[in-house]
This record gives sequence, C-alpha cells and structure tokens, in this order.
Amino acid sequence: MQKDAIRDKVAVTGVGCCQFGENWDKSPSDMIVDAAYEAYADAGIDEPQKQIDAVFTGSIYSNKGPHECSDALKLFGKPVTMVSNYCATGTDAFRCGVMSIAAGLYDTVLVVGYDKPKDRGVSGPSVMMDRVRDLPQTPAGWFALCAATYFDKYGAGREDLARIAVKNHHNGTLAPNSFLKREITVEDALNGRMISWPFGLYDCAAQTDGAAAAVITRADLASKDAILVKGVTVIAGPNPQKDPGNDFLSWKPTGWAATDIYAQAGIDDPANQIDVAQVHDCFTLTELLTYEDLGFIEKGSAKEHIADGKFELTGDLPVNTDGGLKAFGHPTGATGVRMIYENVQQLRGTAGERQVSDPGIALSHNIGGHPTACGIAILGKQ
Amino acid sequence: MAGIVSYGAYIPPTRLGFSVMGGGAPKDGGPERSVAWNDEDAVTMAVTAAVNCLRGFDRAAVDGVLFASTTYAFKEKQGAALIAKALDLRRDVRTADVSGSVRAGTDALRAAFDSVAAGSAQRVLVIASDARLGAPGSGLERNFGDGAAAFLIGDADAIAEDEGAFAFAEEIVDVWRAEGDAFVHTWEERFVVQEGYTPGIAEAVNGLVAKLGASIGDFNRVALYGPDARSHGTAARSLGIDRGRLVDPLFGKLGNAGVAFAPLLLVSALEAAKPGDRILLANYGDGGEASALSVAAPIEKLEARRGVAWHLAKRWAVPKYETYLKARDLQSAEYDAGTNQGLSATIHFREREDEIAFKAQQCGSCGALQFPAQRICESCYAKDDFTQVRLSDQVGSVVTFTLDFFFPTPDPPTIVTITDIGGARVHLQLVNIPADQVRPGMPVEFEFRRIHQVGGRPNYYWKGVPFAQ
Repeated sequence: MQKDAIRDKVAVTGVGCCQFGENWDKSPSDMIVDAAYEAYADAGIDEPQKQIDAVFTGSIYSNKGPHECSDALKLFGKPVTMVSNYCATGTDAFRCGVMSIAAGLYDTVLVVGYDKPKDRGVSGPSVMMDRVRDLPQTPAGWFALCAATYFDKYGAGREDLARIAVKNHHNGTLAPNSFLKREITVEDALNGRMISWPFGLYDCAAQTDGAAAAVITRADLASKDAILVKGVTVIAGPNPQKDPGNDFLSWKPTGWAATDIYAQAGIDDPANQIDVAQVHDCFTLTELLTYEDLGFIEKGSAKEHIADGKFELTGDLPVNTDGGLKAFGHPTGATGVRMIYENVQQLRGTAGERQVSDPGIALSHNIGGHPTACGIAILGKQ
Repeated sequence: MAGIVSYGAYIPPTRLGFSVMGGGAPKDGGPERSVAWNDEDAVTMAVTAAVNCLRGFDRAAVDGVLFASTTYAFKEKQGAALIAKALDLRRDVRTADVSGSVRAGTDALRAAFDSVAAGSAQRVLVIASDARLGAPGSGLERNFGDGAAAFLIGDADAIAEDEGAFAFAEEIVDVWRAEGDAFVHTWEERFVVQEGYTPGIAEAVNGLVAKLGASIGDFNRVALYGPDARSHGTAARSLGIDRGRLVDPLFGKLGNAGVAFAPLLLVSALEAAKPGDRILLANYGDGGEASALSVAAPIEKLEARRGVAWHLAKRWAVPKYETYLKARDLQSAEYDAGTNQGLSATIHFREREDEIAFKAQQCGSCGALQFPAQRICESCYAKDDFTQVRLSDQVGSVVTFTLDFFFPTPDPPTIVTITDIGGARVHLQLVNIPADQVRPGMPVEFEFRRIHQVGGRPNYYWKGVPFAQ
C-alpha cells in the first residue's frame, strides 16, 4: 500500500459556493448551478459539457442520486456518481473525484456537495424514530456524550465551549456567503436555550441549505500556482454508543483518519506543519475534541489553548476561518466541499478580511453519524 | 395444594396530590394518588411487578401467564405474550389476557389456582395491572390510582394456600368504559353504591363465609375492594369486619387501582402475614368474587419482596396539574402522531430479543458481551458464535450521559445515558432521578417502559432507574 499515491497528483483549479441559509426560494438545482458555475469561472471552464469528464456528488437528504445534479447542470453522456457518508459526505465526494484523476481515468472532474434540509418542515434535525432503543435520537444528544466524561477528567466546562461559539460567530461575520453574521458573547452562548446538555442553542451548528463545488484536474495540466491535494481520506469507526470500552474522551474515527492523512501528506508534526484548518464544529465540543484528536495540541489541554486564542484568526493555528458549521451553516453534503472552498481561498491569499497569515498547508475535517464517519483532506501550495 | 408461591407489586413513584388536582401546589403529607407517567402503562407496570414477583425464582419454571387489565393498549394483540417476552419466559408458556371488569384480577387468580389444582400447570404467573382514566376534574380521577400486582401460583411451597372461593355474576350498568371511550363512566352515584357495590361485595363475602362454614371473625386479614373510601368504609362496617383486621384500602396514597386494586390489597396483607393467618379477599365488578387463603410456613423463608410498602415509600410529587395532563396526553400535544406510520413492524419483530427481552449476546470466542445482537463480535471479530444473556435483571453503571431538551416529553429534559452492563454498552434513558443528580459511574437497574406512541401504537423498551438495594 502506497500511502502517498495521490500526493501532488491532483490540483484544485476552481471552487464555488452558493449563499448558505434557509433558502426558501431556491431549489437544490438553483444552488447547484450557483456553486458549479462559480467553480467553472474560477477554473476557467467555459464549455463544461466538453471539459468536465465526470461528476461526483454528495448529499444525504436527496433521494434522487446524482441525477438532480446532472440534470441541473445538463451534464449528460458522462459518468455521474453520488456518495453518502454522513457528515463526511462532501469530503468523500471530493476523495472519489481525486482518486479517479490520480488513477488516470479522467483529466477534469466536477465535485458537488449539496443538501436541502430546510424543505422538510422541521427546525433543526428531526427526532428520528427508526429504533425505539435509540430514542431520543438527536445529533446533539450523540455528540454531547463526551461532555460529562471529558469535563470530569480535564476540568473543562460550558464556558470553554462558549468561547468556540463566540470565535466562530465572529469569523462568520467576515465570510460573504455565511448564514449567520452576528457577533455573540460568552454570556449569550451560556444563556441560550438548552438543547442537550451541555449544548445550548449556540453550541449547535446552524442547519442550512447550501451547495459547494470544486473543479479538480491533473496537476500536470494545471497552472504552476494551482492548489494541490496532499491527501484525502475517509475512515469508518464503531458506533460509540455500543462500542465496548469506549472512553468518551475523544471520537475514535478522527484519530484514525489523522494517522492515515498525515502518512498520505507526509506530515509528522501537525501542530507546526498545518497552518489553517476547517474542522467539524457541528457542536462546540466536537471542535474542542478535534483540536486534540488531530494532534494540534495535547489531549486534555484544549481549555488553555482556547483561552489563549490559539485557534482564532490571529492565533497560531486558525480554525474555522469562515465561521464553520456554526455560523457559515451546515447543509450536510455540502460542508466538506465548502471547507475545500475556504481552504483554497486561504491558500491563495484571497480570503479578504478573514485571511490568515501566509498559510502553506490547510486541513479540512468532518465527522458524522453517531459519530462513526470521519473525512479529512489536506491541500497545499506547490 | 394450590397457593401463592411469591408475589410482587409495582406502584409508580409519581404521585398526584389532591391539592395539585385542585390547581394548587403539592402538600407534604396530603392525600394523593399514584399516576402512571407518560412512559408507563398497564404493560410496563405489569412487567415490573412480575420481575419483582419472580426475583429469586426460576423464570424457566413458569408454565403460564395470565394478564388482567382493562387498560391494555390493544383490542387485538395479546398483552400476556408481550409480557412473557419482556420477562424472557419459555417459548412454550401458555398465555391469556383477562379483561372486562375490575374483577379481572381476581378472576385470573382464580383461574390460575384452578389450573394448578387440576394439574394442568405447575406454576402460573398472574399479573393484574391498570391505569384507568377518570375525566379531568372528576371524582373518578381523584379516586383512581395506577399500579400492578403479580403472583406466582404453584402447587408446592405456597406461602398462602387456597382454601376456596365463591363467585356470582350480575348484569348491571354501573361502571363502564365503552369502545372508543377514554374515560371510565358511571351511572348516578347512589345507584352505583346502593344497588351495585354494597350488596355485591356483601354477597361475595357472605357467600364465601357460608360456603366454608366459617364466620367473618375467623379471618385475621380482610382485603376488600372498594370504589372509594366512603363506600369501602360503609361496606366493611355493615359486614361486621373489625377495623384492626381490615386491610388499609390506601385511599389517599394509592387510589383505586382498578383490576390491580384488590390484588394490591392482597399483597399488602401478605406483607404483614404470618403462618396460620387466614386472609379473605373480596372483589366486585359485574358480580362479585371472594377467596380465602391460609398463610403457610414458607412465608417466613420468602426473601423481602418489592411490594406495596416498598413502592409507597418511593415517591415523586407531580408539581403541576398541567404536567399530569400532558403526561397522560389529556391536552393537545405539540407533536401530532396522526400521520406517522409508527415503527416498522418487521424491525420490531426482528429485534424483539434485543428490545423486549433485553438480551445481550456473549461471544463464545472471547466472552465479551455486546448489545444489540450483531453477527460479528465487536471485540474479537468472531462470527456467529454467541449465546444470549438477559440484561434486564442485572445491575449496570452509567458511563456517560446527556440531558435532552428536544425529545417530546411532559417534563424535559430526558436523561440519556450510555450504560455499561457487564461490558455491553447500551443507549438507555434514565428515569426516577432528578437530572442534576446523574453522574457517570452510578449504578442502575432496569424497568420496562413505554418509550413513545407513534402510528397509534405504543412502543416499549427498557429504561434505567437508580439501583435500589
């Protein structure tokens, strides 16, 4: 097995992202077209029907497979695929596209992640009713299960989580296509309506509609300054709710995916080699655990680093520079691709007011399910 | 000789004070009634009472189950079979439901005595359970209580032997609940008492005493059904029952528990009984029924039961009348289940060993326990090499938890835990504890509960409750 088989073989030449939000007046097709045509323009593609060889899409709410996307974009007569992998769906669609190019099958591929949860008529995730033994079954409840144990062992608390929400709300005000553009305070976060202890309303990501797209191509066909894929992985773990011996101090799939992606990308000191990261902040605690599980900091030390501002835009390792799932919004299938969009902006130095200082390596991370699915992508300059 | 080998009870810890029903706050020491909460019904209470009855007894020895209730959720679909599965009884157990009047509990007891006496079964489990609704604000709502009693009837080692019975049937429209009615109805109160209950209970008691050639004074303990405190007191006085020998009818503590009421009074009598005592149990409903029991030596060896006294000591006062109305779905809820198809019947069927019998599987290769049933061992990856292990009677420990304010319930939050049971990890709601007292590591035991109702059907699973010695 050659871990670095795809490193530097694929370039991201164009990215696009529609306005995330409660897009009552937009269909999935509308959003897909917005994202894809922005990516086309960014990549200099003016005849997509001729220049795109294949399409990889990701969505968890659509039941139409990839055909909603091919029909929206009129990309016919070519391979189209949809993947579904919980919150790692967008990253997995990107991964499938990258692998197909690295394998030499296609020259240029379009990746589209999208979801339209706001057509379901519920605010927030629905209460799932498929197994009586799993009730109540809400994502907030799943991701909260590390809180009692982590707080007990490492002395962190709701205030530390609140600071993450404050940071991501701030960053969201600086991202043009984000859903929430409102600063909040630690007190706002602590006083929010309780959803699933310790998560109040402000600890939870904003579920939105949205679509994001990337055009990827063979590195040797791309310009010298195109952003390169250093590695991309998706890992499955056990359902922690029935996993014997789970310690509820971290989520296993992130640690496993980190080991794999760092081998792919040739990274042995993530804390120093990674310059900017977009991580899965479906809930504030998920972001906190991810700092540690990705090896950015020591296990149990998140509280101090949050207080020091390490992960803020001006810190050593800015995280969720566009507001993250919390403020930019979380259309599940789109999120991984939206993170690629942000990392490309950051690496190119075109992120405007939220630009971090001269990053060379950028990581994006998703974790989803109970959680059982983790996807990570690493991009870098040439 | 047929007799009672063991007994157990269940009374919900939730108590609705008369002051609360009147719109006020709970009053310490004031009169109250028990209330089955939103995760409880006749079936869940029956299961817990039966678990308490079978504690220390071999469940595989149970030959039959009779489930008596007027408030079981289904018109067609047996309750006794569901209860037998939740109790993890033998597959060839004989099961039947008994219903139709509040007399059903003692009717079932009589049928069990008869089948054991006839030799067609050695051990029969009889469970009486009810959670009847009186219309909000009515006197019935105030008089009623919810609960369950269970008895193991056998042909050997009886703690109380069957001496005989007398019964009669009567046609009278005094108390009824017709198809589609949510609430119990009665005819005019004086008619109900003067023509129904008072002469009926007397005919049952006098018929039995005459049949046995005894007198009422020969019985140390008399357990009398009564619709309310006043009628009960009048009947006891007119029958010449000495106050000291009358089993406390528990009005103001439990309430009239319907089918379970007379059986719960029998449990209460057994809790205080000693060998040589004679108990008279009389019930009323579309006729009447009375039984005589003589307490025997094995009662001194029966380990302590979770009976009426144990349950009455555990209580949680409902803070507001509106909370009770929500719990019993007596006011419109936020979530309309009308269009929901409910849980898949095929999934329910496939997973009945996991969700109803609450069994984990133990790997034959590495010994690890896992839940729910899966083909491959999560610990050693051995395939299809498992034996089943019942979790419902074990003690677990909370690994971690969250408090869910999102799930529809009358009094959020819902406490959600991951509970370790012998190494198996189980996603489980925790009840009977204030949310701020939940801690990782706390020991828990398990009770069968109603998780929710969708598609017009109740769905059952187990919940954790704080472990009690």
